[in-house]
Amino acid sequence: MWQIRWIGKPIVFAACLIPALHIGIGALNAADVLHIGGISLGADPVKVMLHTCGRWTLNFLMITLCMTPLKDLTHWTLWLRFRRMFGLFAFFYVLLHFSVYLLLDQSGKLGALWQDIVKRPYITIGMLGLLLLIPLALTSTNKAQRRLGRRWTQLHRLIYAIAILGVWHFWWQVKKDIREPLLYVCGLTILLGYRLWKQRRTLARVSVARFARTDAP
Amino acid sequence: MRKISADSAKILPSDITPYHRYLSRRTLLAGGLGLAAAQGLGGFARNAFGQSPAALTYVRNAGFSVADPPNSYKDITTYNNYYEFGTDKSDPSENAQKFRTQPWNVTIGGEAELTGSFSLEDILKPHPLEERVYRLRCVEAWSMVVPWVGFPLGDLLKRFKPTSKAKFVEFKTLFDPKQMPGERSSVLEWPYVEGLRMDEAMHPLTLMAVGLYGKVLPNQNGAPLRLIVPWKYGFKGIKAIVSIKFTERAPRTTWAGAASNEYGFFANVNPAVDHPRWSQASERHIGASAFGPRQPTLAFNGYAAQVAGLYSGMDLRKFF
Repeated sequence: MWQIRWIGKPIVFAACLIPALHIGIGALNAADVLHIGGISLGADPVKVMLHTCGRWTLNFLMITLCMTPLKDLTHWTLWLRFRRMFGLFAFFYVLLHFSVYLLLDQSGKLGALWQDIVKRPYITIGMLGLLLLIPLALTSTNKAQRRLGRRWTQLHRLIYAIAILGVWHFWWQVKKDIREPLLYVCGLTILLGYRLWKQRRTLARVSVARFARTDAP
Repeated sequence: MRKISADSAKILPSDITPYHRYLSRRTLLAGGLGLAAAQGLGGFARNAFGQSPAALTYVRNAGFSVADPPNSYKDITTYNNYYEFGTDKSDPSENAQKFRTQPWNVTIGGEAELTGSFSLEDILKPHPLEERVYRLRCVEAWSMVVPWVGFPLGDLLKRFKPTSKAKFVEFKTLFDPKQMPGERSSVLEWPYVEGLRMDEAMHPLTLMAVGLYGKVLPNQNGAPLRLIVPWKYGFKGIKAIVSIKFTERAPRTTWAGAASNEYGFFANVNPAVDHPRWSQASERHIGASAFGPRQPTLAFNGYAAQVAGLYSGMDLRKFF
């Protein structure tokens, strides 16, 4: 299906870059480097950059986790062809999120970063989520997938833990209004709950099949 | 900041326009079509009458002002924490435009000789207005510099002759979910309650603000009457005040009630005591370059020379 490779994927790829482009232009506007009208990050540009990148990390983690359920629902395997791209965009946005935090918010002070990681639980778990994403990004190539075989699938189940850490990180850092993190909790509960339900169903079928087999003469 | 001097003595009563006269002027202004626009305000931050905020008459109190350049009018009026109008910083400027600040009454109650309900005009009448440029430090670790117009809270409180039982002052914001959409959600307990110890309330730095940048306070900044305590985190600065009560015991304040491990009654700006979830050692100054460094937070927000004495002998880690 050349259309997916040469038309579908480039369009989706460009769309995934829009939030990054928006904050990039906004940041340059805020720094008086550019003067493009209509794009402003408001009075506290660093906070907006930080939160936009953080939100899009979570969004892409959720989108990535939607691909398998969508495949099951629609019986189209097409969804799975986009899964890697979305996963890598989650990684891209978390790197941006981290860079804004370290370089702009903390002025590149590694000491301050370490202090935060040690003292602030929400940053500890956020950092852990980011670190866990690195091996997944590194093994996202076809070659790595072939080489690792079954272990690749096991390794990439880490995405469930990473998504939980990400949402938890968001929950812990809001001041009082938990409505938005709650939305992510609901989404993630559905997405992970679906997998548990599917696994149970499969297990039940397997055991029924086994029982039938042993029972046979 | 320079030390507190007798600069305020320079303000002569004859220099000041009483609030009721300013109000009648505003009525005139409301009639004078286009006059407000001619003042170059561009229709930004309209008040209840659809007019730009009217100008106030005041005297600048240099002795009580910091030398730092104030933030822009736009930043101060579009970046607000005012949960009654929504939890996003941009919500108040969008949702408070139709908020009615006239008529407005303030109830004075509790341990005082003179109590009752007073119109805003009666509350404000005797007080000459002055401009004070104060630092504002939010508990969320950002800061601004704001040119407020107002008068010392202590001058107002004295008029009601608090008794010897009055150890604290409790303030309440209007509860009107029809006008304040945020009050329809349960994000905080409503109405918003704040409080001060009597000595804090009587301190000359503590301000009742009615204006900003020489004009009537925009709704999103707490019109018509709000508290400013510059050495405390911004959430102590309760907005749209309808009740002032003298109490014997410390009032149960909203944020301290919502999360007592994160927000204290005193809420003095203190770089040495972190919020459990973030550092208070430094702050991002709104309006500073996005690529510049954070600035260090000062003890009592830079007002230590004036107010540290109020807390001598207190463990500020415990009473944060």
